[in-house]
Amino acid sequence: MPPLKAGLSLKRKIETENKVESKYEQESSNTKGLEELTLSELNIEGDSTDSEHEGNEEGSDQDQDEVLFKDSDVSSLEDEDVEYASDESSELTDSEAEGESVNSNDNNNAESEDSDTESDAESGIGHTHGSSGSESEKQTLKNKQKKKIAKQKIKTKKPDKDLKEKSQNKKGTTSKGSVDRLADVIEGSSQMQPVEQKDEYESGDTSDEEERRNTVGDIPMWWYNEYPHIGYDLDGRKIVKPPQRDQIDEFLKKCEDPDFWRTVRDPSTGQDVVLSKEDLQLIQRIREGQVPNPDHDEYQPWVEWFSREVLATPLRAFPEHKRSFLPSRSEQLQIAKIVHALKMGWTKTRKQLAAERRDRREKKFYNLWGSTGEGEGRAPHRPVPPPRRPPPPHAESYNPPPEYLLDAKEMKEWNKLKETPWKRKYTFLPTRHASLREVPAYQRFVRERFLRCLDLYLAPRAIKMRLTISASELVPRLPSPRELQPFPTGEALCLRGHAAPVRSVDFEPSGQYIVSGGDDGAVKIWETSTGRCLRTIELGEPVSRVLWSPAPALWLVAAAAGSRLLLLNPGTRIGHHRRAARTDLLLDEPPPQHDVQPDERTASAVKWERVTPEDWAKGIRIAITHFKPIVHVSWHGRGDYVAASVRAEGGRAVCVHQVSRRRSQLPLARLAGQVQAAHFHPARPLLAVATQRAVRLYDLLKQELVRKLRPGAQWISDFAFHPAGDNMLVASYDRKCMWFDLELSPRPYQTLRLHGGAVRALAFHRRYPLFATGGDDAHVVVSHGMVYNDLLQNPLIVPLKQIRGPEVKDELCVLDLRFHPTQPWLLAAGADSTIRLYS
Amino acid sequence: MVSKKKKKYSSGEGAQFMTRKAALKKLQLSLKDFRRICILKGIYPREPRNRKRAQKGAGGIKTLYHTKDIKFLLHEPIIWKLRELKVYQQKIRRARAQREYGKMRKFLRDYPEINIDHIVKERYPTFVDALRDLDDCLTLCFLFSTFPSLKKVPRDQSFLCRRLTVEFMHAVIAAKALRKVFVSVKGFYYQVEFEGQTITWIVPHHFSFQPQSKDEVDFKIMATFVEFYTMMLGFVNFKLYHSLNLVYPPKLPIGFSSEKDKDLIDEQSYVSERIAAMNISPAKIEGSNEVEELPEIDIFPTEDNDPQKLEEAKLEAEKIKKLKTLFKGLKFYINREVPREPLVFIIRCFGGECSWDKDHFVGATFDETDETIAYQIVDRPSMDKQYLSRYYIQPQWVFDSVNTRTLLPINKYLIGAILPPHLSPFVDTIKDQVYIPPEERELNDPNFKPLNADSSGSEIEEASDEDKEEQNEPDSEDSDAERAITKQYQQEVDEDSSQDEEENDDDDLDPEKKKLAKEKKKSMRVTTGVTHKEHPYQKEIEDKQAFRLREKLVRKKHRNLYKSMKAGQEKRKKEIWLLRKKRRLHDEKIKDEKKAEKRKQKMQALEATSI
Repeated sequence: MPPLKAGLSLKRKIETENKVESKYEQESSNTKGLEELTLSELNIEGDSTDSEHEGNEEGSDQDQDEVLFKDSDVSSLEDEDVEYASDESSELTDSEAEGESVNSNDNNNAESEDSDTESDAESGIGHTHGSSGSESEKQTLKNKQKKKIAKQKIKTKKPDKDLKEKSQNKKGTTSKGSVDRLADVIEGSSQMQPVEQKDEYESGDTSDEEERRNTVGDIPMWWYNEYPHIGYDLDGRKIVKPPQRDQIDEFLKKCEDPDFWRTVRDPSTGQDVVLSKEDLQLIQRIREGQVPNPDHDEYQPWVEWFSREVLATPLRAFPEHKRSFLPSRSEQLQIAKIVHALKMGWTKTRKQLAAERRDRREKKFYNLWGSTGEGEGRAPHRPVPPPRRPPPPHAESYNPPPEYLLDAKEMKEWNKLKETPWKRKYTFLPTRHASLREVPAYQRFVRERFLRCLDLYLAPRAIKMRLTISASELVPRLPSPRELQPFPTGEALCLRGHAAPVRSVDFEPSGQYIVSGGDDGAVKIWETSTGRCLRTIELGEPVSRVLWSPAPALWLVAAAAGSRLLLLNPGTRIGHHRRAARTDLLLDEPPPQHDVQPDERTASAVKWERVTPEDWAKGIRIAITHFKPIVHVSWHGRGDYVAASVRAEGGRAVCVHQVSRRRSQLPLARLAGQVQAAHFHPARPLLAVATQRAVRLYDLLKQELVRKLRPGAQWISDFAFHPAGDNMLVASYDRKCMWFDLELSPRPYQTLRLHGGAVRALAFHRRYPLFATGGDDAHVVVSHGMVYNDLLQNPLIVPLKQIRGPEVKDELCVLDLRFHPTQPWLLAAGADSTIRLYS
Repeated sequence: MVSKKKKKYSSGEGAQFMTRKAALKKLQLSLKDFRRICILKGIYPREPRNRKRAQKGAGGIKTLYHTKDIKFLLHEPIIWKLRELKVYQQKIRRARAQREYGKMRKFLRDYPEINIDHIVKERYPTFVDALRDLDDCLTLCFLFSTFPSLKKVPRDQSFLCRRLTVEFMHAVIAAKALRKVFVSVKGFYYQVEFEGQTITWIVPHHFSFQPQSKDEVDFKIMATFVEFYTMMLGFVNFKLYHSLNLVYPPKLPIGFSSEKDKDLIDEQSYVSERIAAMNISPAKIEGSNEVEELPEIDIFPTEDNDPQKLEEAKLEAEKIKKLKTLFKGLKFYINREVPREPLVFIIRCFGGECSWDKDHFVGATFDETDETIAYQIVDRPSMDKQYLSRYYIQPQWVFDSVNTRTLLPINKYLIGAILPPHLSPFVDTIKDQVYIPPEERELNDPNFKPLNADSSGSEIEEASDEDKEEQNEPDSEDSDAERAITKQYQQEVDEDSSQDEEENDDDDLDPEKKKLAKEKKKSMRVTTGVTHKEHPYQKEIEDKQAFRLREKLVRKKHRNLYKSMKAGQEKRKKEIWLLRKKRRLHDEKIKDEKKAEKRKQKMQALEATSI
């Protein structure tokens, strides 16, 4: 038969079946009442099927539990693994849950599908199920039930509307929640099943007997090819093969029978089975590799039955399996093992381990230094202990005395130093708190501690000697001035009369008179006791130096005015008139000419002049003219020689005049630098010449340089011999006085910085161990300068008194100083054109 | 043969010092590790005598270490530990990078600790050495005990500090070693004396921890210091407890360890329990006697000790003996607003008992209602319910009493009173040129009368007061003396001139009188002699002048030193002068205020009567 025909016939058959169905529908309306009666029993049955499922699940659950337990066992030893294990286990459970839900879904679907399809599958399915034989009893039972259901359905056909509703419900479930869907499904099944139940009740028992079943088992059926029967039924009777057809019959049937193409032989029974339309569809779908059930929707929405949502009613109402309440044997063994290990001390619990670790970590202190507290240790090389923090002052108190609080002015400065807080007086702001509870935390505390730590390991350390002496100990210990009296302590007289600064003063050798000369060109004679000016000699030129001749027989004053050195007789009315007269007599007639024969060099430098009668009347007895202005004049101790230095360089700068013979000499062949002063040694035939930097001592007899003293001053102003002749004092313009011990060294024995300005004048007392210095500052300093006969004893120099000098004028103050020959009196020539006597 | 030329800086100062960089290279350590080992071993840079030579001719300023110190470090076993640590840290880093967190955690858990016991012994060969260097240790440990857990400061460390400091305080209490206390704005200063060594430390006020910016404070360095200091303090504590016959570690009521339910207890309760712990004495070693009192000092006539010094030492010892039992048998009750920790410590140190409100803090030993309480320490302006049987005093009384070593009269410290200034006991009054506030002088000298003590006096009295003050002062204060002298000097000059004038006047005005006088003179007569009065200040003036001259003879070598010393003296003098002036102004102001108030009251009273 051609396939076209076959298709037609198929159509026809479907139509006839439909007619049959419509008949059944009419009948089903009668049986509705019964459906409701059987509803409860259906539920029970559903439960039983579920329990089967759960049984399986339980098994899996138990497995899962085992795994978990194992994990926990392991984790009891090592805690790290716990999390991972638990994670895994959770995943496992998740997947299982999913699996479960899928299964359950499938079951439900299968159920519903079965119920749908069973109406069509009338007997063929039943045969197939029965013939398979290999299935377990349960399955066969199930199949039977299903068959019954199918039969019942055929009997009690519901109206089409119901069916439609069902399908609608199914569609609706996609949008509803899982719970609702479940409810629907249950409802739907309950709506379907009452029919089946009823069927089973009535005719299920007999169905088994009606049908004969082949019970040969699972053997290849061709074993029965030779036999007339094919297997045995339940009672052991042979199942006789249906009549066999030969080739011709086969062919004839092929030609005659329109259903031949869909007739297959059942090998277990040997009967021909005509496949229904559904069967064909099924085969077709299988061949195409599709899901056999056409109603199966592969892409159904996912329903998660087993979620974490707690349902009002349990999904599965059957009780837990007994196994789930019993401890697992394998686990028990494992645990026993661990417990034993713990008992034996082979392993430790985590707690113990942690405690041990803690114990190990805890610091153990013991008697480190032993009982004696002594021990040998190695310290760093030459250790320097860190200095301690300074103790807190009163100002740091929380309630300091009020004087430590900052006042407005200090506060302003405090705020001003905000950018540079390290310059502040304190690191903290002294504050008064009325009570202890008001004291806040110190903000910089941690910072200060940190800085201290930095100091300790980062600051370089060194041992510094701290001076424990006080400042006063650095001052040399000298006898008190009170023990060294007498010395001039205050001003006694002030001689006024000069019109310009007084350049030079001198005492008469007995101390009765004073001679002075100043820039006003006058030489004045004063009486010491009264301070009266006895005589004034106008020289016309500024007088730079006046000196009374030390010769006891002569009554003579040497005065340097400009470049002329004048020898004056102060006058017969002053002092010893006889002496004055004799002096006049002596100087009146010049010595014989042959005696005065100067060589050329001397002649070029010095010229002895005759005095004019007017000058003679004034008192000038002899005038010696130099080639340059005179700077300094000094008498020899005997009073016959006078040394004059002029402002010039070279050997001609120093000139020695002999008054008795009216003769001059230039003792020095050459001299480096400008001459500041020249003095005769008080005892020996020596001439000392001071240039700007050095003092040179010349032996006049041997005509050689004896000694060169280097005071270390920049500019020497003047110098003086100690009356004994072994010591010398040099004054300089750079504020210093240098004491030289001529026996000792060419370097100063002591340098005195007693003045604030240049030292211009100095003088030794002839009898007392006193010397005085004066200069540009407003003070005259009187000092004790004791020279001992014992050569081993150093001279004692004690500054005694700072006397207020004359007033400062044009930055000059004291221009000359002179001690009284016998009394401790001091005479000072002032730049304020006065002469002061201190006693 | 040419002798080999000696390399420069191979001997002398150049070889003696080593820069930090060279040290790092020699030790093969990173700077971090070097820093750590320097802190632990107490190695520090040195200041060379000649920097240029020490730096081998290099310019700039470099951190120089003694070569011997670095060689000393080279033998330190810890250096190897540090190197191993480096490897260990690499392991951790690797585990982290491989995401093997379990492994990493295990590594971190088993992080090796470096044992530094031997360093303590090495740095402090004797116990006394350790005591001598305990100042910084205690200060830092007390600070760390208040720290929360920081990134660089593990919780364990601050717990350990807390434990050790409390133990130390117990030792101080047991030994009665506290000598001085001082409340400053920075914290509480304590000074204790152990074995003749004075140890001073600061305990910060509450809430001293503040988050610090990274460039301000590096906690890692401080933590390294604390790592060493905790070891040191632990050993010192052990030794102290043993010398005091106490059980170490003491059984304190609560654990200071980090483990015991640390999460449950908050900071406040920790503090209160710590204080509570201080209120009970630690267990004695069984069978041991009480620490016997030190025997009286026997005086051995030695050559170098003059008897005065010995006498002083004896006096001091007696004073200290008295101080140890200052609060003995006295019961103190501390109100809840008073910071308890310092007070409990002090009171317990001097033998007192104390308690507090048991509802607020744990560890109270007796109730407020106890009638035997002698003092109640209050820090509030007033109280509702007061007991007649006790004094209500402010906390400063305790501190001042300890510093003066007597129980001070309480009238200035009563509840609500304005407190007298709290003075630092650490100021060295022996040194010259130190300003001593009038309050302190009042304490030392009972005759001294401060300016504002009694305001009842009239102006005449004030003047006399001032005179007194002046008379007291000149010895100590140069400035005043000088002022007086100059004044005197001027007066003298004036007097001299006036005398002269008088004489002149005599000459001019009264020739007759003069004649008479001459006659009188002529007639021989015995008159009562007038003693020659030397002017009291004349001598001083002269001495001063002579000294000024002598000053100029200071040797050139010492001149600058002398100058700087003088400048320092001047500065101090000025400071003292300033403080004195400020005080005077303040006192005057207060006096004026009081006067004004009194006047006001009088006026009010008058008005009242008139009405």
